[in-house]
Amino acid sequence: MAVCIAVIAKENYPLYIRSVPTQNELKFHYTVHTSLDVVEEKISSVGKSMGDQRELYLGLLYPTEDYKVYGYVTNSKVKFVIVVDSSNTSLRDNEIRSMFRKLHNSFTDVMCNPFHNPGDHIQSKAFDGIVSGMMVQTG
Amino acid sequence: MRYSSSIPPSIEAQGAPCGPASGAVTWTPAADRSTFRHLEANVDKKEQWSPPRSPCSSPPRSPLTYRSYPYAKQRNGVDAQIAYESKHSSRPMVQLEQHSSPSNYGTKPTAEHPAMARASSAERLDHQGVVDYTDDDPWRITEEQLEYYTNQFKSLQPDLGALILGAVAKNFFTKSKLPIPELSHIWELSDVDRDGALTFSEFCTAFHLIVARKNGYPLPETLPPTLRPGFMQPAEDIPNIAESAEPLIVFEDTQLRHSQVDRSVVERHQPSLPTIKQELTEESSQQDVGVKRGVTCQEKQTLQLGPFPERPEPPQELDPQMRMKTRPRSYSSTSFEDAMKKAEEPPTPPPRPQKTHSRASSLDLNKLFQQGAPGVKSGWLPPPPALPPRPPASQVPHFINVSEKTPQNKVQQPNFADFTHFREEEESSVKPEEQGPRSRFGPSTEDLTNTSKQDITAASHGQVPQKPIRRKYHPESQNLETPPPSAMPFPTPAKTSQKLLSRQKREIQMAIRKNKETNAVLTRLNSELQQQLKVVHQERVTLESQLELLRPLAST
Repeated sequence: MAVCIAVIAKENYPLYIRSVPTQNELKFHYTVHTSLDVVEEKISSVGKSMGDQRELYLGLLYPTEDYKVYGYVTNSKVKFVIVVDSSNTSLRDNEIRSMFRKLHNSFTDVMCNPFHNPGDHIQSKAFDGIVSGMMVQTG
Repeated sequence: MRYSSSIPPSIEAQGAPCGPASGAVTWTPAADRSTFRHLEANVDKKEQWSPPRSPCSSPPRSPLTYRSYPYAKQRNGVDAQIAYESKHSSRPMVQLEQHSSPSNYGTKPTAEHPAMARASSAERLDHQGVVDYTDDDPWRITEEQLEYYTNQFKSLQPDLGALILGAVAKNFFTKSKLPIPELSHIWELSDVDRDGALTFSEFCTAFHLIVARKNGYPLPETLPPTLRPGFMQPAEDIPNIAESAEPLIVFEDTQLRHSQVDRSVVERHQPSLPTIKQELTEESSQQDVGVKRGVTCQEKQTLQLGPFPERPEPPQELDPQMRMKTRPRSYSSTSFEDAMKKAEEPPTPPPRPQKTHSRASSLDLNKLFQQGAPGVKSGWLPPPPALPPRPPASQVPHFINVSEKTPQNKVQQPNFADFTHFREEEESSVKPEEQGPRSRFGPSTEDLTNTSKQDITAASHGQVPQKPIRRKYHPESQNLETPPPSAMPFPTPAKTSQKLLSRQKREIQMAIRKNKETNAVLTRLNSELQQQLKVVHQERVTLESQLELLRPLAST
């Protein structure tokens, strides 16, 4: 269960960011912003051509004592960032991957919507539903 | 009064300077409606709507216009343009008519209903009242609506079986003047296969949702079952829908286009509902239209919240399923079939030597069969299993050949299950047909490639078996030729058993060879598919990059 989920556009501005409301959202926004540096670093380290099979799932970007940050980048340089609570040790890597896969699928659906202009903030109830399903089920 | 006034409604409507009325529904339809009302209980709704409309802020004309357009077509068939004019002019007329409408319609709160609802109601009235009273579900598309949607679809895409692209649909639906987020939500609901384009049923669904939204219905969170692409079939869902739709109908009776039917249904099903309706309608009729509309709308919405949770549940269950089914398609642009097709396209099927060989083998077989009177021996030839593995290119031709040799494949596929009996077949009966070997090959290969695509295996089976036939026939023919002749002079069971044993050995060997060949074939095919997957992936990447290029233009 994620604590914060964010979708970052190619130009590194957020298309969608949502965190568990009970916690300090600004902290998570800042965390996601700083994680972008790690994402860029991982992307550049691959160094292969665009068409090459670069791994979309970036894995654990960096852990802190409170939470862990996972990254995922699409081929169009749209980044998904998931922040999970460190205390939640039951989350395995495969689960994180499946969460990113679902996010990517839902994001693709949003992009397919002709009424959505790429670069706009994501306002899709279906996407919200998917994200809600992943967030920590807190009050 | 209504009906009398309806006589020249079109004329009056056109002549009367409606002016303030916002996008009123065409009066000609109203006139017709009034007549219909006699027949239809639904009529009331429309009539009642009209009065509230005038005081209420008129909804944007464009939606009405293009909504009433179909109406006019349906009603008068000619008044499309008249409808536009009459809408404005007809408002006063409609109001009069509405006032005169019978009290029994009073249950509907006319106030709330925007002009658009009138248009939709007009549509509904015509057919709904006549059709069936079970069709009270506001989310069910009536026949006339369907006809209208069909015409609109054809205006965008003449082929009913083709798709409407997202951009085209966007331009079209933007004309409805609904806010973009709502249109986006409607798109999400209606594009069930997530392909960015609308099929005819999806288009009808989207259009219906837009019309409903225009009439004031709040958009559902999930697609109602009646609006699913399979909505045309489920006649059996009517009772369920009616039940669930009842509360919805009650609340939104004025706004619901189907309210006409709803009422009848409601009355039938739940006596309490009509009372609610009456209350609502009374309130609406009494007070200011605009105010009432808001109030009743709110009430309706709140009331709707009750039934809504019930209904969305089953749709949700179906939605994930549908989405899951379509998910792989959207996630990866190429499905297996596409990949296979691509695999088929590039390589040109090499001329099948088997054909010639098969012919030759068939000749041999014929000879053998003729010679082998018992038939069992001759049957040996057909099932030669092992053939040299084909090159990858030939694998693709497998498909082509498969398609060409569908009968063979069919023969093979049924034989898949027979693989367990393969050994038994050797002993029992040899099929003195060329298909025999193929069938055997099929089962053997099937074992080897359980996970592989059966089509490929079938294809490979079809093709490979021929080669084995070619090869086998030669050595076998020698053996068979000798046995058959020998069998002829000595049709003793002992010799047949010996032949059976030898045949079994050969069959086993051939089966082994076939399996190996199939393995190689499938491996090559797998590699080819992987390459195709990469190609598709690259294409996807390029598309995404193009999208990214376009996005800054849009955002900046």
